[in-house]
Amino acid sequence: MGWLSKTFTSSVGKKLIMALTGLFLISFLIVHLSGNFLLLRNDNGAAFFQYSEFMKTNPVILVMEVVLFLGFIIHAFSGFRLALENKKARPVGYAVNRPSENSSVFSRSMVWTGSIVFIFLVIHLKSFFVDHKVASWMGVTHEETLFQAVVSAFQNPVYTWFYVAAMVLLGFHLNHGFQSAFQTLGLNHKKYTPLIKKLGLIFSIVVPLLFAYVPLYFLLIYKTTGGN
Amino acid sequence: MKITLKVWRQKNAQSEGKFETYPAHDISPDMSFLEMLDVVNERLIEKNEEPFAFDHDCREGICGSCSLYINGRAHGPKKGVTACQLHMRSFDDGETIHVEPWRAKPFPVIKDLIVDRTAFDRIMESGGFVSVKTGSAPDGNAILIPHDDAEMAIDAASCIGCGAWVAACKNASAMLFVSAKVSQFTLLPQGHPERETRVLDMVAQMDKEGFGSCTNTGACEAECPKEISISNIARLNREFIRANVR
Ligand code: HEM
Ligand code: FES
Repeated sequence: MGWLSKTFTSSVGKKLIMALTGLFLISFLIVHLSGNFLLLRNDNGAAFFQYSEFMKTNPVILVMEVVLFLGFIIHAFSGFRLALENKKARPVGYAVNRPSENSSVFSRSMVWTGSIVFIFLVIHLKSFFVDHKVASWMGVTHEETLFQAVVSAFQNPVYTWFYVAAMVLLGFHLNHGFQSAFQTLGLNHKKYTPLIKKLGLIFSIVVPLLFAYVPLYFLLIYKTTGGN
Repeated sequence: MKITLKVWRQKNAQSEGKFETYPAHDISPDMSFLEMLDVVNERLIEKNEEPFAFDHDCREGICGSCSLYINGRAHGPKKGVTACQLHMRSFDDGETIHVEPWRAKPFPVIKDLIVDRTAFDRIMESGGFVSVKTGSAPDGNAILIPHDDAEMAIDAASCIGCGAWVAACKNASAMLFVSAKVSQFTLLPQGHPERETRVLDMVAQMDKEGFGSCTNTGACEAECPKEISISNIARLNREFIRANVR
């Protein structure tokens, strides 16, 4: 085995992959969120339209999209594999166990919160990525614009509340994940770690909330302030 | 005090185990947990029943032999103590106390509450030797070491290898142990000649033994009787990356 594959097949190496892909996904969240906020401009989706056209055609974005897909797949695949391997390390469990005394529920449910975020992503990609972006690449034209599709999707309460629930779980995932990634990468320092932990806590609350605000806006506010 | 003990009984690694219930009266709150087990065992012997087996040696919290999962916690409910240093006053009168062995694939049960922890010895061995100067005794302070580094090294070296972190970790990960052992050498100049091979070999052996991988839940740090910090795990990760890219 070459040193590289040896590194990344060891237990520490697999965790490094989780941390690196996790941090990459975090950076993607920021980009995605800033795009979403264009939806809230009172211009009937003009700015969002420009943005989505840019995302459809810009070569850098198209390359990053592939990297992003790979990032997700590697993160989710390694996450499942790690969880399975770790289960195997304790074939016989305890009759009485009190894990709540020593660790947070967020840290113990990473594979569950991650899985639900994954399911959400599949549905989310189907309704926006496949039905619009892929469709437009294939020359299928929709009479409705992406903006109208967003509005009508989010005016469906089931869709929106599922979105909101997924964001809550994403928050749980990040609550542990954000600071955990730094620890995994060996970035633990008595000056900076408390700061990273605070930043992670704020990030895991604020970012999912802002994400959830967009669908909630279309469900609850948009109609009444008289869009169309 | 009066308590009800539920003790895991298992003949050997192959057989199936189960809990046996032993009501115990006249237990002094000042007894250590192990003394209480001794008393219950003596009463079993008097009744011609087989006493249960458990690991112990120093009974002063320095050897790491005692290894009991008490009421769902490694070394019982108190922070920063081993089972031998735990006293019955930490329990309520009339309480039911479950006692189980450490549970992890690399720790097969030998008998009752005793598990085989030789996996740690193999991890330590895999770390290899530490080069030393032979010849005449060196001057005491020939190598200057910053006080903070010395403190961190001694904190890491205070690991008694009991296995509480494996027992408490949801992944049965041995990272806190390996990280403490790697740290105690890495933090001192004397450990530097074998700095890279040591971390790589110890991590490889840890994986080979079948321990799970760390997900930074922090359970180990919370249950460690020596309160060893998970900042050591970050150091291990750092050393692992460094050794790999060099
Ligand atoms: C936007 C989506 C996601 C983001 C931003 C994200 C972020 C993170 C981060 C930062 C970590 C910490 C890495 C570390 O501990 O070193 C992590 C860990 C993890 N993630 Fe994700 N993740 C996402 C989606 C998913 C998905 C879809 C799964 C699917 C199963 C998943 C499963 C896991 C697991 C099992 C862990 C390891 C648990 C642990 O180390 O405690 N994640 N994630
Ligand atoms: S018997 Fe030595 S640490 Fe408990």
